[in-house]
This record gives sequence, structure tokens and C-alpha cells, in this order.
Amino acid sequence: MSEANDAAGKGPLIYRQSIWTRVTHWVWAICLFFLLLTGLQIFNAHPALYIGQQSGFEFDNAILEIGAVNTPDGPRGRTTIFGNSFDTTALGLGMSGTAERPAFTGFPGAVTIPSYRDLGTGRVVHFFFGWIFVATIFIWFVASFINGHIRRDIVPKPADIAGVPRDLVDHATLRFKHGRHYGPLQKLAYFGVFFILFPLIVATGLTMSPGMDAAWPWLLDLFGGRQTARTIHFITMALLVAFFIVHIVMVLAAGPVNELRSMITGWYRASPGTPEAEGDRP
Amino acid sequence: MSGLITRRNFLRSSALAGSGLVLAGCDQFDFLGSRENPVRHAMEQANVLTYNVQRTLIGDQTLAREYSASEIRQGQRPNGSTEPSTPEYMFLQMQNFEPYRLTVKGMVEREVSFSLAELRNMPSRSQITRHDCVEGWSCIAKWTGTPLGPILDMAGVKPQARFCVYHCYDNIQRTLTGDILYYESSDLVDAYHPQTILSYGLNDQVLPVANGAPIRLRIERALGYKQPKYLHTIELVDDLSPFGRGKGGYWPDNGYDWYGGI
Repeated sequence: MSEANDAAGKGPLIYRQSIWTRVTHWVWAICLFFLLLTGLQIFNAHPALYIGQQSGFEFDNAILEIGAVNTPDGPRGRTTIFGNSFDTTALGLGMSGTAERPAFTGFPGAVTIPSYRDLGTGRVVHFFFGWIFVATIFIWFVASFINGHIRRDIVPKPADIAGVPRDLVDHATLRFKHGRHYGPLQKLAYFGVFFILFPLIVATGLTMSPGMDAAWPWLLDLFGGRQTARTIHFITMALLVAFFIVHIVMVLAAGPVNELRSMITGWYRASPGTPEAEGDRP
Repeated sequence: MSGLITRRNFLRSSALAGSGLVLAGCDQFDFLGSRENPVRHAMEQANVLTYNVQRTLIGDQTLAREYSASEIRQGQRPNGSTEPSTPEYMFLQMQNFEPYRLTVKGMVEREVSFSLAELRNMPSRSQITRHDCVEGWSCIAKWTGTPLGPILDMAGVKPQARFCVYHCYDNIQRTLTGDILYYESSDLVDAYHPQTILSYGLNDQVLPVANGAPIRLRIERALGYKQPKYLHTIELVDDLSPFGRGKGGYWPDNGYDWYGGI
């Protein structure tokens, strides 16, 4: 079979993604979609971020504020980051909608669930998917520890670190080798998501719960206060969105049909010359 | 060996990725905002899970963090009702709350009621705590009042009672068919918690009207909407469905979770 593939200019089909990896991947995709859009809904209830235990109303500890202001040319959306203000009407931040029916929300209704302001519903949906997200993380860690996915594919080894410069060049020139193993940058990206961003977004989310703060007061000390935790929750969200964009670009660049097939069926078309034995046993 | 991006591949993939974005741009998930929707109803069970897990995880007597006086950096931000306009409340306000009575009734051995002076003469507790609003902001202030637990004991809570319903003076919403008065409820764990106080003092001053004068309940391990202002009656019950729209509070009736510890 291998020779036939080579003759056709194709590499072999190898088994690459276990059922645990594939199912948790798609459950996370759904969870993060809803968590992001309901999270922006929740943010819109008070579109400002602070550093510290509390929100400064009579003092200033805000690092981000999204709002609207009246100008001689009519209302405009304005975003203030670290004291610098920007007109963000064009981005829909602070002000969105049509000229006849403007909406004054932090993020526009196009990226919130529900599309109108409804904090209660946003929280119901956010916490529902939050539970599924956390349960899926738990299942993934247990399964991936047992089946070796974490050890082989996620945790970067010294050789991976050494291979980063070469991998950077390969990525910049869109040269991808398709095999069983993940590249150095791939490992670093997934390591960052699983071992830094996922734990961080869950822990900062819990720190916003007054009940959890009573149970685990060290959460408040770890993150430097409830409002700082809320800010870190938001920044972690932005980093996950950045990861998602890079993730999608890489799937497109590396061959979306092959990548999607491997994430749905587990089978991956490797580069010509890849030994079939490199794949996992299904 | 090189991963070629052919034009056809790229267009096909872009269309695929684009469909995901279009999905987000629509309002097809607005049905979740409907209180009667079965999918929403199923999702609300996550809040029941949160309540049960937190009750298991958090000791019944475990305190919310208390801060030092130096952390009081501003006044307590008022929210919700700040100036009730019901005749009963306006009358009390004019009389400087002299005729005010706090009543404990329902599933109790004996109905009891106390004047403001009587409440102020009971053992008091002061706590500097962080008030977390459901909107996302926090504010640290010093609250002074008398613990609710001993008052419930004076009334003698019957064994079948499961919840306290807190009835308030403020008309949080005015409709064509009349005022909707604020109310809230809690389980008995929160009612008997050592930091649950009937507060009459804020930052060493008499509790202002904007913050709930003459009495505001503090439930420190929950969000702000679980801390009813302008409180006048505490009713011990075993079922929350007869009150309001049946969800146990004004905001829970409007789609917010009842527990409020998250």
C-alpha cells in the first residue's frame, strides 16, 4: 500500500488522533464558542476592568473601559486602555448598530449571546458550558496521561526547544512535514493552552465566585484580588481567541481536508516517504 | 513535501471558516432568553449543580474574607433601588424610621417583631467585606448590624422550614398594573451564617437610604442581589413557588440564578 501511495505521489494514511483527543476537541470547540459569546454578554454588564480587590469608583484602578461619549458630531464609542482613549465606533466597541438605531454596549450584539442585553441568560449559558468545559478538561487530562498523548505530543522536550528556530523558518515559508509527531511550535502552543491558559481561565473564573472565595481564600491572594482575577480571565480569553485564529490559519495552510479528517476519523495523510509504522495503532 | 495552498483549497477552507463567523453574527441563540424554553431549563440545572457542589465544598460556618480598614477606599456604591417611592416607605422615612418594625413570621413557633432601637441594642457585629455585584464590579465597605441567627432562634424556626423569604419596601419595578416589590430568599445555611447580619450601619455611619435604610440584610458569600435592602419581614417557608413568579426573588424571577454564590 505504501508503494502504491508513493507512486501516486501520496504518503500513507496513518492513525494519529485517538478517540479521546477527537471527542474532547469538538466538545471544547462548542464550549468555547458559547463561553466566549456569553462571556462578552456578561462583560457588557460592566464593561470595565480593574486591578485589585475592588472596582475604583472614587479612585482610579481601571485598565480598560469601553463606553460611549457625546461629541459635537454625535455619540461615539470610546475605549480607554491604560489611560489612553481611542474612538472605537468603527470596531463596534462602545457603540454599534445603525445610525437610526444605535446600540450602546461594550461589545456589539453580533458577538454576544443573546444578541440583546440579557445578563441573566448570559450567566445561565456561561455556567452550563463552564461545567462541561471543566469536565472535558478533566477527562482529557486523565485519558491523555494514560494513553501517552501528553508525554509524546504536548510536553516539549529539549530537542523540541532546540528545534524551534528551524520550525519558525519552516512555518514562515509554509513548509510543513506531515507525520505522526507534532512540531516544536505545535507542542509549545498546545502546552500553553492545556497547562497555562485552560487552568488559568478556570481558576480566575472561580475567583469571581464569592462562594468559592470563602472556600478557597488563597485564590484571592494568588491572583491579587477578585477584580484582578476578572481582568486575567478577560486577558486569557483574548489569548485563547488569538490561539484559535492561529489554529485556524494553520489548519488552512497545512491542508484543511486532511487536518479535519484526522480530527474526525483519526486518520491522517502523511507526507510521502513516511513509514506507515509511524502511526498509532487504531 | 511543501504544504501547498492551492486557490481552490484556500477558497473552500475560507468558506468553511467563514460560516462559523456568520453563525456568531446572527441572533439564532436568542431563544435561550425565553424563560419557558426547555433547552434553557436544562441549562439552568447547572446552577443547581453549582449550589450543591458549593454547599458540599464550603463549610456552613466558613467566613467570607474580611478586609482591613485601609481597604475602605470609597463609599459603598448604591445600585438597584436607591429611593423607594412606596407610601409605606416614604411615611417611615418622614418619621425617621421610628415606627419601623422588623417582623419574623411564617413557620415559626411565635411571630416576633422588633423596632429599630431594639435591633440596635442587640449584640452587634461589624465586618469589612467585599460586595460583589452580579454586573461584575466589587466594592469594599464596613457593615454593622445584628446577626440574623439569634433572631430566628427567638422566633423558633419550625423543623419543616427550609427557606427565609425576605420582603422589602422598595418598588424595584413600576408597571401599569402596579408596583413590583423587591424580595429575595435564602436557605437556612445562609440565614444562620455568622456573617449574615441585619445591618443598620455602613462605614461607621447610619445606613443611608440609597444603601437600604433602615435595615439591609448582608449575605456575604453571595452576590449583591442576595442582600435585600429596605427589609421589613422575614418569612420562614418550605416552598418558594407562591412568591412573585415563583423563583425565590425579584432577580431570580427575571432569569438570574437563585443561589447567587457564583
